[in-house]
Amino acid sequence: MLLIHCPYCEEILPELEFTYAGEAHIARPADPSAMSDGEWRDYLFIRSNVRGPHYERWRHAHGCGRFFNAVRDTVTDRFLTTYKAGEPRPDLSSIKETAE
Amino acid sequence: MTHFSALSLLKNALTGHRSWTPQWPESQPKAEYDVVIVGAGGHGLGAAYYLAKEHGITNVAVIDKGWLGGGNTGRNTTIIRSNYLYDESARLYDHALDLWDGLSQELNYNVMYSKRGVMMLAHNVHDVQSFQRHIHANRLNGVDNRWLTAQEAQAFCPPLNISPRARYPVMGAALQKRAGTARHDAVAWGYARAAASRGVDIIQNCPVTAIRRGSDGRVTGVETAKGFIRAKKVAVSAAGNTTVVMDSAGVRLPLESFPLQALVSEPVKPIFPCVVMSNTVHAYISQSDKGELVIGSGTDQYTSYSQRGGLPLIEHTVAAICEIFPIFNRMRMLRKWGGVVDVTPDRSAIVGKTPVPGLYVNCGWGTGGFKATPGAAHTLAWTVAKDDPHPANAPFTLERFTTGRLIDEAAAAAVAH
Ligand SMILES: Cc1cc2nc3c(=O)[nH]c(=O)nc-3n(C[C@H](O)[C@H](O)[C@H](O)COP(=O)(O)OP(=O)(O)OC[C@H]3O[C@@H](n4cnc5c(N)ncnc54)[C@H](O)[C@@H]3O)c2cc1C
Ligand SMILES: [Zn+2]
Repeated sequence: MLLIHCPYCEEILPELEFTYAGEAHIARPADPSAMSDGEWRDYLFIRSNVRGPHYERWRHAHGCGRFFNAVRDTVTDRFLTTYKAGEPRPDLSSIKETAE
Repeated sequence: MTHFSALSLLKNALTGHRSWTPQWPESQPKAEYDVVIVGAGGHGLGAAYYLAKEHGITNVAVIDKGWLGGGNTGRNTTIIRSNYLYDESARLYDHALDLWDGLSQELNYNVMYSKRGVMMLAHNVHDVQSFQRHIHANRLNGVDNRWLTAQEAQAFCPPLNISPRARYPVMGAALQKRAGTARHDAVAWGYARAAASRGVDIIQNCPVTAIRRGSDGRVTGVETAKGFIRAKKVAVSAAGNTTVVMDSAGVRLPLESFPLQALVSEPVKPIFPCVVMSNTVHAYISQSDKGELVIGSGTDQYTSYSQRGGLPLIEHTVAAICEIFPIFNRMRMLRKWGGVVDVTPDRSAIVGKTPVPGLYVNCGWGTGGFKATPGAAHTLAWTVAKDDPHPANAPFTLERFTTGRLIDEAAAAAVAH
């Protein structure tokens, strides 16, 4: 079972309290009617599906109920960091150092 | 290659089983092939076999980063069925079922295809309506599928608890009698042996690290742990790792890779005559010929390449199995494992050409591609050989995610397998 740090509750809790919510930092298009079919495809369907550090969203469903972001290594399933929604995407090289 | 028959069995039994020969050679890569297939699962090995047998293309290599059949082919719960909703799916999965029928004879290898029937339980009104819709759609397509009352379901599968007080009451079931199971390893080995005997090289323990393209954009070959291998055409059939391989060719795919787990019990005497699936509670079960109960679940919620998955899912699945089949309450589980499954947004596969000339892909089979193995392999080989899809896989394009012509089995059923 994954142990996940909620950046709002400041607690490390079991995965069962959380729901996964897909890749993070996918911005809703600002001007939808101007988008081509290819751009819609990218927005709706294409995901980076990274083998390695992956930026993703989680929701603390059975706690504060809030969405937050995380970087998790999809090879080891280890969380490198979690951060509040709206905060910028953390730089991978800096998190790797702190994780080590 | 030794031909398997009652006579060859007897001869080898009399000589103490000392003169069996390896079923395929240890191949080392040649400098160049007409076709390189990335991934020696059932799909990739099968495609190599059909390329050689049906299209006369024998200068073919199947390359795997591990051992052949060690991916999802060797990790799945072997349910075979074709009662999907849409016309496109019905055609492709039924094409596979037709090939399953004669496969053991064709490969001279017993894949133990057993049409023991797959029964899907309806636990609520929504299930009843959705299964009946499937049954009607299937019958219009000539696909076997029928409705059973709860009593009929229990008569077909006696361990089933149909008490109205059950935690997951059974309101009926959809039964596809033509469906069943097969021996997963035998499928990989049978195709490997038959392909190798027609001249295909099977190269194991050799990760493909990148796909190379020429200045005209066309595929030129693959970079591997054993060096560069030139290829006129490359077909990627790498299941959960497809994204990683295809990224190197600059083709981005609508895929996410999730862990999918399964487990088996200690072996017991025959007790369970068919396959039972419960999509609503995400659990399914059958009994292998060895006697183990084979139990599967839904995917874990997060993407991962770890081939592992978490324990909460196993607990949930086993709890559901104990509710539906109280007789298994005290059964001990022997082992569990996970695979990495490549899931598309509409839960239908992608089998076809890519924007890169000479590059083909077979992926997105997600949690349910074992049943499709002969069909996927056959249509992939066709597509590669003719540079044009077979009618059965023609709708399963990558372009459908741009045009919007999805084959939305996900919305139709929310079915796991
Ligand atoms: C637990 C579990 C239960 C399942 N249950 C069912 C079921 O009941 N019914 C059903 O129909 N389906 C089921 N499935 C799905 C089914 O197993 C797959 O859809 C199917 O086996 C895919 O076959 P494949 O040949 O495409 O993939 P695989 O057998 O996974 O083959 C892909 C191969 O590609 C290789 N590869 C990957 N990357 C590289 C690289 N860079 N270089 C070289 N080689 C590479 C891998 O090593 C692997 O051997 C299940 C899957 C799992 C994990
Ligand atoms: Zn919280």
